[in-house]
Amino acid sequence: MSATGYNFAYLDPQTKRMLRRALLKAVAIPGYQVPFGSREMPLPYGWGTGGIQVTAAVLGRDDVLKVIDQGSDDTVNAVNIRRFFARTADVATTDRTAEATVIQTRHRIPEAPLAEGQIMVYQVPQPEPMRRLEPREAVTRTLHALADYGFMHVKLYEDIARYGHIATTYDYPVMVNGRYLMSPSPIPKFDNPKLNRSPALQLFGAGREKRVYAVPPYTRVESLDFDDHPFSVQRWDAPCALCGADDSFLDEVVLDDAGGRMFVCSDSEYCTSRQHAGHTGPASNNMASARLGRGPASS
Amino acid sequence: MTAPGFCVNAPLLPGFAQPEDDAQRVFRVLLDALSHPGRIHTVPLALEAPAPLATATGAAALTLCDYETPLWLQSPDAAPWLRFHTGCPLVERPAQARFALIDDPATMPALADFPQGEPEYPDRSATLLIQVADFTDDGLVWSGPGIDGETTLGVAGLPAGFWRDWQRNTGHFPLGIDLLLVAGDRIVGLPRTTTIREA
Repeated sequence: MSATGYNFAYLDPQTKRMLRRALLKAVAIPGYQVPFGSREMPLPYGWGTGGIQVTAAVLGRDDVLKVIDQGSDDTVNAVNIRRFFARTADVATTDRTAEATVIQTRHRIPEAPLAEGQIMVYQVPQPEPMRRLEPREAVTRTLHALADYGFMHVKLYEDIARYGHIATTYDYPVMVNGRYLMSPSPIPKFDNPKLNRSPALQLFGAGREKRVYAVPPYTRVESLDFDDHPFSVQRWDAPCALCGADDSFLDEVVLDDAGGRMFVCSDSEYCTSRQHAGHTGPASNNMASARLGRGPASS
Repeated sequence: MTAPGFCVNAPLLPGFAQPEDDAQRVFRVLLDALSHPGRIHTVPLALEAPAPLATATGAAALTLCDYETPLWLQSPDAAPWLRFHTGCPLVERPAQARFALIDDPATMPALADFPQGEPEYPDRSATLLIQVADFTDDGLVWSGPGIDGETTLGVAGLPAGFWRDWQRNTGHFPLGIDLLLVAGDRIVGLPRTTTIREA
């Protein structure tokens, strides 16, 4: 059902033009944060106002929208944003990664490989990767202008000095096309390799911080590391308890008060479609999968 | 700007039939074009833009320009149409422009005459829509972000020395201007990150 009395996809035409101009410059300067006039949206900062504005600027009547929150299509942020666009833009929605033309995401990249023509829209809380090291915007702007990213290497080195390894596990800084240091948004570093030379166009929106940035398709995205401490991603000892996948990012799920727990795919659509295809994991068909609402029988 | 040679009573051509939807569809073409440099895209609507503007030039201007975007026109004939439909201010000098429409590349200003952005704000640079004669299958090899390896595409109707100018533009990255090359209703994106060499 579409809501009347709103502009298509909520934002007014002038705001969209401003955003579209910013997005085109963002694509032309990969990884560079373009300022834009962020509008007040009908949900609070921190709930994806940047991502929503970017989605509203690109979305058309023929698009198929998928929205995920930490990999799941069914959590509150994802459900709300999907319904928001179903009502204000009357677009088709899906939870299947392959069917979507626009995918708005909070903190994950889907496990299924992205294809050319798809647009990823990331919700970004803090677009400036060096903000915790340098609070002044004028200074970080200068550092970007000079491509002076020694700060960030020192931070990663301090991790090594203190813990013996780089302890940053999410929002892991990346270098885009060998020039701009970029925050990949708080995705787990497990997803960082998917940013590199992705066939999809990747757009990032930060509403409170009023910045958009982009990674065009087939663009080099390298996670920062050192020769003797190369970048590596998380690994788990066991596969997904429900679908048996050993190549996906797993969430820990607490099952009871007695220390029971299991690890399941964070990407709910990937997990469900694997189960439909007949894949099973150690905890398939027991109470736990029914409780998560992910068993093949329940959907 | 010098008084454009048009009759004040001449009827203006219409703009987009469906302003919201048409602008969105054209924007996606422009976004696609700049995301995949060297690939020919077609503007999916039948817009009659006033001479000397091509369909794609007119559609891009209606999509991106408004009162916030100073526009530089190489020839003033389409000024009333652009002023009426977009409300954009027209500027005298290329250095003031956010967007520029070029209909005769042979006599266009040097790329360096347009705003290049600032080291802290490289986005504050001009975007040029340049109308060329045609696109051909080969002649130039394109590479850079948005291109899977290399792609080939020739452009007919650009002056000698243009690609040397372009090389200088890419050499100043992150500063520089971005181009959209237009032939009729076809459009090719050329952002500052794309390097071009002769085949």
